[in-house]
Amino acid sequence: MSAKKKVLIINRRAPYGRSNARDSLDVALTCGVFELPVSLLFADDGVYQLLGEHDAQGIGQKNLSATMAALPMYDIDQLYVCEQSLKTQGLETSDLANAPTAVDQDAIQQLIKEHDVVLTF
Amino acid sequence: MALHTLNRAPADQSCVTRCLNALADNDALLLIEDGVYAALPGHQALFAALPDSVSLYVLQPDLQARGISEKVRDVFTPIDDAGFVQLACDQDKVVSWF
Amino acid sequence: MTLEVNGNQIEVDEEGYLCALDDWSEEVAEQIALAEGVTLTPDHWAVLEVLRDFYNTFEHAPAMRPFVKAVGQKLGADKGKSIYLMKLFPDSPAKLAAKIAGLPKPTNCL
Repeated sequence: MSAKKKVLIINRRAPYGRSNARDSLDVALTCGVFELPVSLLFADDGVYQLLGEHDAQGIGQKNLSATMAALPMYDIDQLYVCEQSLKTQGLETSDLANAPTAVDQDAIQQLIKEHDVVLTF
Repeated sequence: MALHTLNRAPADQSCVTRCLNALADNDALLLIEDGVYAALPGHQALFAALPDSVSLYVLQPDLQARGISEKVRDVFTPIDDAGFVQLACDQDKVVSWF
Repeated sequence: MTLEVNGNQIEVDEEGYLCALDDWSEEVAEQIALAEGVTLTPDHWAVLEVLRDFYNTFEHAPAMRPFVKAVGQKLGADKGKSIYLMKLFPDSPAKLAAKIAGLPKPTNCL
């Protein structure tokens, strides 16, 4: 069997309002189950997914942050956040759960290069 | 090398900027659906910072549907659906911006 | 479908997973296990507790890989192995243990 494909998942949408964030996480966990190396990049409104301590019971949804906290259990620990998006949204990495690595545009180009498959949500 | 597809119109700035910033040397960009409007002369400035090695394509049926086939800048190569498939096969990955 | 435990009717889905997680008790676990041909020992209970902790923290029932990892972290590396869990909960440990622990069926489990 050929080497396992490296998957980069780019998250650009805020959580809850649409299903993108949930779908993306399902794909990530499924890749994890298949032991594919997965990296997650959060950019634009996707950075809001990383604000921890969600409580989505009142809107009848499951907590995204609880599932995201499980990422290390699936050996998914390569998390990146676009530093420019953080700045635009007035956030710091210290505001975020899962301790992502802040990356600039060049590093994002590099991430796309290094991965075999790129999925956007 | 990656093929990037963009399907949002220019006013959807975050998506367009995100896509353009992600383009690396020798990548290809294909404008599809509402993304084809960015090929009009009025949006030339959006592409100013791209490396020369990035090749630019636009999906002909989407141009035609919107009545802008004759109006887009000639730096964009029009391709049909078969050309889209060929382009996707020629690159080692496809990144879809939407 | 219902399951009768100590005279109480407990609702389960067509695959035998509890419909309401609050219905779970040790008696319920024993009864589900019995129906699945598993006799619960202290080793089983320790694993079930890890699984219920996982669910309380992460709000989903784990697939096999994180299940193994969680057991390894809580009960020691010698137990954090597929083979150990296969012995306790044969065939499909993530699914069977979730059922006995009163959790929903693991969704990312293939």
